[in-house]
Amino acid sequence: MNTATSAAAVLSGVKRFVGGQELEQHRQALIDRTDPNAPRILVCCGTGCKAVGSLDLLETMQNSVAASGAAIKVMPEVKRTGCHGFCSRGPLLTLQPEGLFYQRVKPEDAEEIVKQTVIGGELVKRLLYKPQGAKESIAKVGDIPFFAKQTKLVLKRVGRIDPFDINDSLVHGAYKALNKVLNEMSPDQVIEEIKNSKLRGRGGAGFPTGLKWESCSRQPGRHYVICNGDEGDPGAFMDASVMEGDPHAVLEGMAIAAYAMGSDRGFLYVRMEYPLAVQTLTRAIRQAEELGLIGDNILGTGFKFKVSVSTGAGAFVCGESSALMSSLEGKVGRPRPKYIRSTEKGFRDSPSNLNNVETYANVPEIILRGGAWYTGYGTERSAGTKVFSLTGNVHNVGLVEVPMGTSLREIVYGIGGGIPNKKELKAVQTGGPSGGCIPIPKKFLDINVGFGKLAEIGSMMGSGGMIVMDENICMVEVSRYFINFLVEESCGQCTPCREGLTRMKDILTRLTLGEGREGDVELLEEIGKFTNSFSLCGLGTSAANPVLSTIKYFREEYDAHIRDKKCPAGVCKPLYYYEIDPEKCTGCGLCRAKCPAKAVAGEKKKPHTIDQELCIKCMECYKNCKFDSIKIM
Amino acid sequence: MPEAEVMCQEPEVDFTLIDRIIRDDFNGNREAMIMMMQAIQRHYHFLPEPALHYLSQAISVPLTKIYEVATFYASFSLIPKGKHILHVCTGTACHLKGSGGMVKHIAGKLGIAPGGTTADKKFTLETVNCLGACAVSPVVVLDEKYHPKATVGLLNELIDQVNAE
Ligand SMILES: Cc1cc2nc3c(=O)[nH]c(=O)nc-3n(C[C@H](O)[C@H](O)[C@H](O)COP(=O)(O)O)c2cc1C
Ligand code: FES
Repeated sequence: MNTATSAAAVLSGVKRFVGGQELEQHRQALIDRTDPNAPRILVCCGTGCKAVGSLDLLETMQNSVAASGAAIKVMPEVKRTGCHGFCSRGPLLTLQPEGLFYQRVKPEDAEEIVKQTVIGGELVKRLLYKPQGAKESIAKVGDIPFFAKQTKLVLKRVGRIDPFDINDSLVHGAYKALNKVLNEMSPDQVIEEIKNSKLRGRGGAGFPTGLKWESCSRQPGRHYVICNGDEGDPGAFMDASVMEGDPHAVLEGMAIAAYAMGSDRGFLYVRMEYPLAVQTLTRAIRQAEELGLIGDNILGTGFKFKVSVSTGAGAFVCGESSALMSSLEGKVGRPRPKYIRSTEKGFRDSPSNLNNVETYANVPEIILRGGAWYTGYGTERSAGTKVFSLTGNVHNVGLVEVPMGTSLREIVYGIGGGIPNKKELKAVQTGGPSGGCIPIPKKFLDINVGFGKLAEIGSMMGSGGMIVMDENICMVEVSRYFINFLVEESCGQCTPCREGLTRMKDILTRLTLGEGREGDVELLEEIGKFTNSFSLCGLGTSAANPVLSTIKYFREEYDAHIRDKKCPAGVCKPLYYYEIDPEKCTGCGLCRAKCPAKAVAGEKKKPHTIDQELCIKCMECYKNCKFDSIKIM
Repeated sequence: MPEAEVMCQEPEVDFTLIDRIIRDDFNGNREAMIMMMQAIQRHYHFLPEPALHYLSQAISVPLTKIYEVATFYASFSLIPKGKHILHVCTGTACHLKGSGGMVKHIAGKLGIAPGGTTADKKFTLETVNCLGACAVSPVVVLDEKYHPKATVGLLNELIDQVNAE
C-alpha cells in the first residue's frame, strides 16, 4: 500500500489539534506506522529535475512498481520529493533504505530498476554516478563527495520528504518547535534564543535576525510577518528549493516569528516565475490550517496566525524590503529612503518584519536545539550554514549547504568537482547582479566565505548565488550583462541609479563592440563610485559592484578591449573570430554537422574551414570539437 | 478555471469572468490588484483595455494607477500575444552559456525584437530572468514546455515545426 493513501487515512481521522499533546500523539502514531527501513523510491521533482522530465519518471516508476506488484516482496513506496540538490545529474532517484543513488534516469529505465534492483537486488550500473576522471562508480548517496562534504541544516528535510503531504513533514519533526514555543516559552525568550544563535538574515544584508525581531516587537500596533521569497538574483535557486522541498519549515519559522512579535498575520511574497513554489506553499498552508497548526487558535493555545501567498509580477526591485511591502499592497514597488524603518512603518504603515526564506527555515531547529548549538557551526561573525546555488562552469551544478567560513576551494573543487573541459577557473561571481567577481586562482581561492570576508574583497554574500566562470567568460561582457540587467530593473525614481546605470551601460556596450576609448575605464570608475554613494536604495548603492570589482581585478581585459580591440576570452563578437587549425583538424565533420549557420565547409578526413561571412559565432563548433582545433582569434 | 484560450485578435472580454476573479477569488480586495491582473492576463494572455476599465470601477482604483502597475511590472502586457510563446531565459547561468546569442538569432529569424509578436501572430518572443533550472542552462520554454540545454539548432527545429503546422 502506498503510504500517501495511508497518511490520508490517518489524516481523515484527525480533525484539528486542540493541544500540543494531541500533535505529539499524532506524530508518534505516524512514526509507529512508518518503518524507517521500509523500501522507498524517492524521485526528485524539483524545478531542475522537472525540466528534464522527472514527472514522467515518477509516473512510470509508480506504474512499473504497481505492475510487478506480485513479484515484489515488500512494496516500495514511490514518493515525490523536493530537490535532491545534484541538479546537473537529473532526473535523480534515491532508493531507501540502502541509499542507492541513480542519476540521469529516464522513464524508460523505470522497469529495469524495478526488475533488477527492487526485485533482483542488483545494481543498474549504467545509472550510477561516476565522478569526473574516476574509474569506479559510486552507488551510495553517502559516499558521493558532492553530498558527503555538505552540512545540511536548512536542507535537512528537502529531498527526503514529500512536500505535498504534511504528515510526512510531521514524521520528520515539523511543528515540534512551534509546539515548544507556544507551551514553554515567552515571546521574549524566543527572541533571546534567536539572538543567542547569532543568526543573520540570509537575504543578503546579513542583519542580525534576533535584533530585527526585537525592534519590531517593541513597536505599538498590529504587526505583520512577511517572508521574502522573491529570489530575484538570476542564477540563484536555493530559496525556491526550500519553498518547494520543505514548505512547512518556512511556515513554522514564520509562525514562531509571529508569536515572538505578537503578530497574527503573515504573507509569503513569491516570484511568479516559481509556480511550483506557489503551488506547494498554498497546499502546505491549507493542510496546516486543517490540522490547526496555522490559522485560528493554534494548538488550542489561543494564538492566531493567518498566512497567505502573494505573487510578484516580475520586478527585481520588489525583493527590496520597502518595495516588496508596497507591492504586497497592490501598488508599484518603488523603494523608499532607508531612514523609515519597516520594523516601525512597513506594510500598511504598520510594524512589519521581513526575513528571507532561508532565515525563517533556520528558526525551528534553533528553537529545538538552542542558540548555542547553532553557533557551533560557522565562524565568529557568521554563524550557521549557508545554502549556495552553485552554477556556471563547474561539474556539479546544484544546491550546496556548507558551514559559513568554508573556503571557495572546497566549494568549487571539493564539492563542485572542478571546472569542465580542462579549462582554467577564472572567477567566481557572488551576490547576484550587484555582487562582484572574485578573481581566482590569483588570490582568493582559499578565502573563507562569510558576510565579512566577501564584502572586504568588493563582493557580497547576496542571497547565495555562486556562479563559476572559466577562461572563456569575458569580464567586460559580464559587467555589461549585469549593468544592463540593473538598467532594466531600476525603478527609475532616483537620478544616480537611473542615469548612472544607463551611462555605464552605454560605455560598456561600446567596449564590447570594439569602440572603446582611452579614459573609458576611469570614467566608469567615477560614475560607478558616484552611483554607489548616492542612490536611494540597496539596488543603486551596490549597482556598480560588478563594474568596479572587474576593473579592480581584471583591468588588463578592459585594456585589451580598448587598446587592442580584442576580446581575449572570445565572447564579444566583433572582437574575435573562429578559425580551424588545419594541423589539429581531423576532418571528422562534427562541427559541420553542428553548425546551425552552415558556415563550416570541408571534405571528410580533410581539414575544414569556417566562412567568416556566414559564421554567427554561436560557439557550437568550439564547444563540440574533440580535438581542440577551433581557435579564438 | 476554464482552459485558457489563446487569443490572436482583441478578444471579446467576458465581464462575468472578470467579476468572478475580482469578487470570488479575491474578495474585491484592492491589495490583491496585482494578482487580479495576473489572473486576467492568464486568461487572455494580455490585459485587454475593457477589462482594466471594469477593474478600475469595481475596486475604485483610478485607471492611471492600474496602468502604472501594468507598465511597471515586466510580466504584464497591454498588447495581445502570439499563439505560441517562446521564453528564453537570460538569467546569469543561461547568459554565460550563450542565451544572449540565441535571443538575437531567434529575433533575426522571426523578424521581431524580444517582447514582440510576429505579424502572423504565431510567435511571441520573451526573455525571462532565471527559471530556477540553471543546472540545465541554457533553458528555453515553448508554451510552458521546458527545453533544457537548448541550442540554436534546436530552436530552429522548434520554430520550423510550429511554422509547418
Ligand atoms: C534590489 C534588492 C533586491 C533584493 N532581493 C532580495 C530577494 O530576492 N530575496 C531576499 O530575501 N532579499 C532580497 N533583498 C534583501 C531585502 O531587502 C531584505 O534585506 C531581506 O529580505 C531581509 O531578510 P533577512 O534579514 O532575512 O535577510 C533585496 C534587496 C535589494 C536592495
Ligand atoms: S539562469 Fe536560466 S534558469 Fe537560472
